[in-house]
Amino acid sequence: MAANLSAAGPLVAREDLAFHRTWRTTVDNIMTGLMFGSVILVVLPLLLVAGTVIARGGPIALTDFPTFFTADIPLRARQVGPGIGPAIVGTLVVTFTAAAMAIPLGILGAVWLQEYGKDSRVARVIRFVGYVMTGVPSIVMGLFVYLLFTLTFGLSAFGGALALACLMLPIVLRSTEEMLRLVPSSLRDASLALGTSKSRMILSVVLPAALPGVVSGSLLAIARASGETAPLLFTIGAATGVNANVVSGANSALSAQIFANAISPFAGAQERAWGAALTLVTLTFVLTVLARAVTARFVSR
Amino acid sequence: MADAPTNGKAKPALRGPPSVTDRIFGGLALSSASLVLVILGLVLVVVTSRSWGVLSTQGLSFFTSSRWAPAEQAFGALALVWGTIVTASIAVLLSVPVSVGIALYVTQIAPPWMKKPIVQVMDLLAGVPSVVFGLWGLQFLSPKLVPIYDLIHRAFSMVPVLGQVFGVPSQTGRSFFTAGAILAVMITPIITSLAREVVETTPPMEREGALALGATRWEMISGVVLPHSLGGLVGAIMLGLGRALGETIAVALVIGSAAQLTLNVFDAGDAMPAVIVNQWGEADDLHKSALIALAFTLFAITVLVNMTADSVVIRFMRHARGR
Repeated sequence: MAANLSAAGPLVAREDLAFHRTWRTTVDNIMTGLMFGSVILVVLPLLLVAGTVIARGGPIALTDFPTFFTADIPLRARQVGPGIGPAIVGTLVVTFTAAAMAIPLGILGAVWLQEYGKDSRVARVIRFVGYVMTGVPSIVMGLFVYLLFTLTFGLSAFGGALALACLMLPIVLRSTEEMLRLVPSSLRDASLALGTSKSRMILSVVLPAALPGVVSGSLLAIARASGETAPLLFTIGAATGVNANVVSGANSALSAQIFANAISPFAGAQERAWGAALTLVTLTFVLTVLARAVTARFVSR
Repeated sequence: MADAPTNGKAKPALRGPPSVTDRIFGGLALSSASLVLVILGLVLVVVTSRSWGVLSTQGLSFFTSSRWAPAEQAFGALALVWGTIVTASIAVLLSVPVSVGIALYVTQIAPPWMKKPIVQVMDLLAGVPSVVFGLWGLQFLSPKLVPIYDLIHRAFSMVPVLGQVFGVPSQTGRSFFTAGAILAVMITPIITSLAREVVETTPPMEREGALALGATRWEMISGVVLPHSLGGLVGAIMLGLGRALGETIAVALVIGSAAQLTLNVFDAGDAMPAVIVNQWGEADDLHKSALIALAFTLFAITVLVNMTADSVVIRFMRHARGR
């Protein structure tokens, strides 16, 4: 840049200066165009994926409405027609069981990091390990839960929930800690000055103040977990009927159904895969929008 | 309470020792926080110990042989490690210019009203489950890519090295490159969001100084913002690389499932996580142990990449915020 500026200095002839200026503006325009182009480039696949999912998943979901969402999964993959009922139930059961485990533990852990551990060595190690855990591939978590739990207790929704909980925990831990950090310390001081105990201060002042942020972080973690596939393949099996029992018996999930049907050579199965994809995308979309809405309210306050 | 603190640092003890409930609560919170240590430790122990079966029978050839033939009890992971590295590298190469471009556009150029929609689009993209990307890549994208691959292959067939890299495409379109392209879409939101944070740490005085000296916007970006952000951007890219290495389902669906060591990015290949999900169902004991050993290798690689990424980003942020 320095070179450019000196080249455009007063000793340069007038025409050169004009040329130089146009050249620099041209480069500027090209680069701005490229940067805007990258925005377009990323919108394109999103539109294509959304369009294909709606175009191919919509027809099967609508022609068999609402049986597509309620009927059992056909025993033979080549069979044409609905449904994915057990997979929807399975996804909801597994995801919310995982959330029931991971979210309270994650919030409590974040409370320790922010209110007790602070900058101590232990807290720093936990933060670092939590970060590393966010990067552990979901398939490794799935195998881990398979080896530790499923081998002994058999396939069940609970095994899948354990795997998802391991994936959600570090995410909730991190987002909650960030939200707790935003709570002004004057609130803490005021509460302690009134003579409350530390646990009381955390439960009735700090957590309520951070609640919207915590909720939105947790919803995002749920949205992320509900689309997970790899860990479920080892832990929940492939049931074709509804199984609302969390702790025993094979179960099913939308993501696992999509994976199994995607590689199937039969048109009927492939159609069900697209229908299930539409259902799953809608589910995660609703959760994400909900999370954003909660955050927006939090920020505007 | 009776003994007043002698050094200025300690707070005067205005309250008695913490009550029982307080201690229980603190203990509960500490044990929840320590859970991440316990889980990660258990993962390490369990996965390592179960990989032992194959490592004891195959020895180091597990990592040096590229022959993966479960039917003959031959488990050489080299071709799978290769596939994982090639697909992740393609993903990073494709994604980085786009991600950094978006981050720069959003922070430096976009008018305020455009920022929010762009961020929302990235959120939506990050929210699409990987299995949906896989389904889309398998049934929609792969077949459409074959003629494009063919065209590129013909264009480069005479060039020495590139002729091999852009070799004869696989007939289904499922290949290293297809997997890399899908991964690129998946990691772009991750790299972009961190890159945005990094770029935003540029001191406004330096940016405005450059503009005041007559620099164009691009000169300001290339002369001030990019040099300032370089370290953090490297961290963001490594984070994306870590994600691309471990991504399973989308890759399993579009890579073509053919373990081979080849330079040809348009040919079918296989990657570690993809092999694990695709072969788990019909695996016997030694085969399962081999798949677990793959998971261990994957775990080790991703943890290493993520740890490096984290320390790079932390060092950058500390430096950038002048702490």
